[in-house]
Amino acid sequence: MTYIVKPVNHHPNLEKNKLGLTRRDYEGTISTLCAGCGHDSISAAVIEACYDLSLSSDQIAKLSGIGCSSKSPSYFLNQAHGFNSVHGRMPSVATGANLGNQDLLYLGVSGDGDTAGIGIGQFMHAARRQLNITYIVENNGTYGLTKGQFSATNDQGSKSKYGEENLLAPIDLPTMAIQLGAGFVGRSFSGDKDQLIPLLKAAMKFKGFSLIDIISPCVTFNNHAGSTKSYDHIREHNESVSSLDFVPIGQEIKTSYEEGSRVDVPLHDGAILSLEKLSKKYNPLDKSLAVQSLNEAEKNGKVLTGLLYINPEVKDHTEILNISDTPLNQFSDKDLCPGSDKLAKVNASLN
Amino acid sequence: MDTKYLFKRHNTYWVKVAVPKDLRKELGFDLRISLQTHELSEAQKLREAVVEDFKSQIFAAKKNLKQSNGKNAVKTFMPVTDTSNPQYYHKVVDCQYACPAHTPVPEYIRKISKNEYTEAYMINWESNVFPGILGRTCDRPCEPACRRTRTHEKPVAICRLKRVAADFKDDVSNLLPKAPKKMNGKKIALIGGGPASLTVARDLIVMGYECTLFEKDPQAGGLMRTNIPSFRLPEEVLDAEVDQILDMGLNTKFNYEITSLKKFLNKDFDAVFIGTGAPKGKDLNIEGRKDADANIHIGIDFLTSIAFEHIDSIGKKVIVLGGGNTAMDCCRSSLRLGAEDVKVAVRSPFSQMKASEWEIEDAMEENIPILENHVPKKFIHKGGKLTGMEFQKVEAVFDDNGNRSLVPTSDEPVILECDDVLVAIGQDNSFEWIERDIGLEFGEWDMPVVNPTTFQSTHPKIFFGGDAAWGPENIIWAAAHGHQAAISIHKFCQNEDINERPDPGTNLISQKMGLHEWSYDNDISQAKRFLVPKADQGVALKSLKIEVETGFDESLAMEEAQRCLNCDVQTIFSESLCIECDACVDICPTDCINFMFNGPEDEVRQNTRIPALNIEQDLLISQILPTKRTMIKDEDVCLHCGLCAERCPTGAWDMQTFLYEEAKVYS
Repeated sequence: MTYIVKPVNHHPNLEKNKLGLTRRDYEGTISTLCAGCGHDSISAAVIEACYDLSLSSDQIAKLSGIGCSSKSPSYFLNQAHGFNSVHGRMPSVATGANLGNQDLLYLGVSGDGDTAGIGIGQFMHAARRQLNITYIVENNGTYGLTKGQFSATNDQGSKSKYGEENLLAPIDLPTMAIQLGAGFVGRSFSGDKDQLIPLLKAAMKFKGFSLIDIISPCVTFNNHAGSTKSYDHIREHNESVSSLDFVPIGQEIKTSYEEGSRVDVPLHDGAILSLEKLSKKYNPLDKSLAVQSLNEAEKNGKVLTGLLYINPEVKDHTEILNISDTPLNQFSDKDLCPGSDKLAKVNASLN
Repeated sequence: MDTKYLFKRHNTYWVKVAVPKDLRKELGFDLRISLQTHELSEAQKLREAVVEDFKSQIFAAKKNLKQSNGKNAVKTFMPVTDTSNPQYYHKVVDCQYACPAHTPVPEYIRKISKNEYTEAYMINWESNVFPGILGRTCDRPCEPACRRTRTHEKPVAICRLKRVAADFKDDVSNLLPKAPKKMNGKKIALIGGGPASLTVARDLIVMGYECTLFEKDPQAGGLMRTNIPSFRLPEEVLDAEVDQILDMGLNTKFNYEITSLKKFLNKDFDAVFIGTGAPKGKDLNIEGRKDADANIHIGIDFLTSIAFEHIDSIGKKVIVLGGGNTAMDCCRSSLRLGAEDVKVAVRSPFSQMKASEWEIEDAMEENIPILENHVPKKFIHKGGKLTGMEFQKVEAVFDDNGNRSLVPTSDEPVILECDDVLVAIGQDNSFEWIERDIGLEFGEWDMPVVNPTTFQSTHPKIFFGGDAAWGPENIIWAAAHGHQAAISIHKFCQNEDINERPDPGTNLISQKMGLHEWSYDNDISQAKRFLVPKADQGVALKSLKIEVETGFDESLAMEEAQRCLNCDVQTIFSESLCIECDACVDICPTDCINFMFNGPEDEVRQNTRIPALNIEQDLLISQILPTKRTMIKDEDVCLHCGLCAERCPTGAWDMQTFLYEEAKVYS
């Protein structure tokens, strides 16, 4: 944390986006996380992604649970809506908010404890229900706020800062999300913004449940030799399956890769995800291949990153449940109370 | 079915144009765009313009490639910055680097903000010898260089803060160095009693040299006394700082004009320093000059006469010719001598006047009109009594090379009435007293040939400095020259190689006090530049002796001092500690820090987070890091707020004060 407020001054040549805002306009309060925390890099990536997409903060809701990760929404988009919920219960709050207003972009920010620990049930059902949310897991494999115990995503055999070995097998959130039917599943690394920012942009534009599991080293409790979630370990074992380019509607694609290695995936609103496959074997549209590759990578001690799986055909919960598109706050009294005739008809239909 | 360049994707028609192989790195495998239509007929219609556009892109890229072929055959990389070279961090301290005497500006401003005025004064005194004088009269090359002009708007009032140090200091007499008890037996002559000679004297007396000053006027000070009016520089301030040096034990010969250097060299001196300035005001030989001579005065002579109280009045209507600082002093002095209608006439456009912005402002505040584009044509007189002047109006025209010429307009000549004219159109050196056969070579414009580093002339015993060396400059330059000449004279007298210059003293001290605490104030003040309070005009205009600016009081000085960005507190990067977590990149308010691949400078400058287009500002280049990237910091708009160092988990960034002390003869 820092005693002074970040100076308001910015570079005189700082660019503005379509809304006339600079990147600095998307910032939040100054971070109180430890210096060098991966979460701060993720906040910076979210800021960059929202700036690039020219999103208006009043169209975004930030939702989080409890933990270091869940503090971080304070540090970006301070003009956006927000709800800091009970530990592990962010998906429920997000579901309620989503039912009330489908027009907002929901950014769920959670950690490995909040999601893979106390909130695993909530997480699983949100994925299964195709809740329309960008679900970010800031995954450092440790309980930083309580002095560095192993979390449920910590790898078997990995050592704690104090030297104990983790005896339990980890939960792999992307594998779980793919199996539960999530339409967009990616993994990235807080130290690789070139990969993370396009992935975030694509996830925000995806309609349905999009999960990004972001390995985010905890500099205080999980960045030592023997940890499998340290900056050094991830840099050494990172294997990117694809390089992603998010192409907004109407913009031409300029990619430097050969025809065969490229997959273009259209999103609901007409934007295109242009993917360079870094491995010939990999195809992010193939669900079983994705799960198989993740399992293999885990076996080989590799961390697979990039867009792991995408299903552009997936229906989100509003389509499945056929809910009204209009946000509840836009219904008039007349809409909400259509009169006794209507009520009589409804009652009659139930007889 | 004509589907040339078209293909279908997700039921929509797209255009695709293949890119030739050699351009694929730049443009990609092909150029493609959705036409956003499902209808073939419509796609065919839209196709033409898009294909045309793509082809022209390809054509342009090809042309670029041809032009650069061969040039970029070998890829170059920016070298790792050598921060052990004192000039790297020195250059980051823009104000100090711009100051000819390299005064440690942020260091003394920090002292002022701690109310340590005496310390602030002494830092100045070491570097520029005349803090009280310069704090009122300096040409301030530091201020346009101030980083705040790039990050905010107006520079810190560096000059007037120097005055604060002088105004509020305690008695410094005990802190000033003294002549040693036993002198070294060498004798130095100083010709001309201005700032250059006084600086040489100060530096050499401390080293045990016996110095003798020869001055044609009755008092020392040179142009500081004769050309700067008392309402800008009170006599007591001038006397105090000149006396500091005289009291060190400087022998003085006042009212002593040297008419022959050849004869003078017969005297028993080991070295001679000439600091006689540029004492001859330029004249304007146009029609009527001789006839109306009684009421036409040379500006600097006029100011000298005022200083020594030889004149105390002037006509009611005065025209001042010229657009420099002397012209501004002349017009303001005229007002105080009782003139009622004073005008300044300048040949050039207003925007190109030579006077400092603030001196023009001061004249205008006293309601003195400045007539631009007025070229004097003739003095009008009636039987030898000046009655007016005729001017031709002109406009400035620039040719392709940027050379200016003043072209007469078709306007009628302008005639202005006047009783007196002051000619302040420039100054010249005057070396009639130096014979040309004594082994002292003269070069272009009849100026002595002087080595720009050692200040030695072609006569090994004779050194020059101040305006006498290279023509009219400002006091701060004279002080800078004096320090260098003193070093040379010392080395010359000790039979050392005068071309070997001593290194500056440098020191880096970490400012870290705790996790988030620094021993300097890193919070950035957003205050606007504070105006210096002035005396009431009704009173100030009545006397030559009333100082116009009353100076900052202590609380204003404190606030103004807070505006300093502490550019001398450097961002020091240690590659070996960096874990490339990006925390510094994310926090930096002005996007100075980049982790990127190194390359040729123009490429690097384009590829930083925000292009580093200010090429006058350096890039700090680290060694290559484990991810093969390089840390590249653009020094241009760094606020020195220290947030990079606060957010750094490993201490790879540290904030360290860089003290740079220009070498003096004594150390």
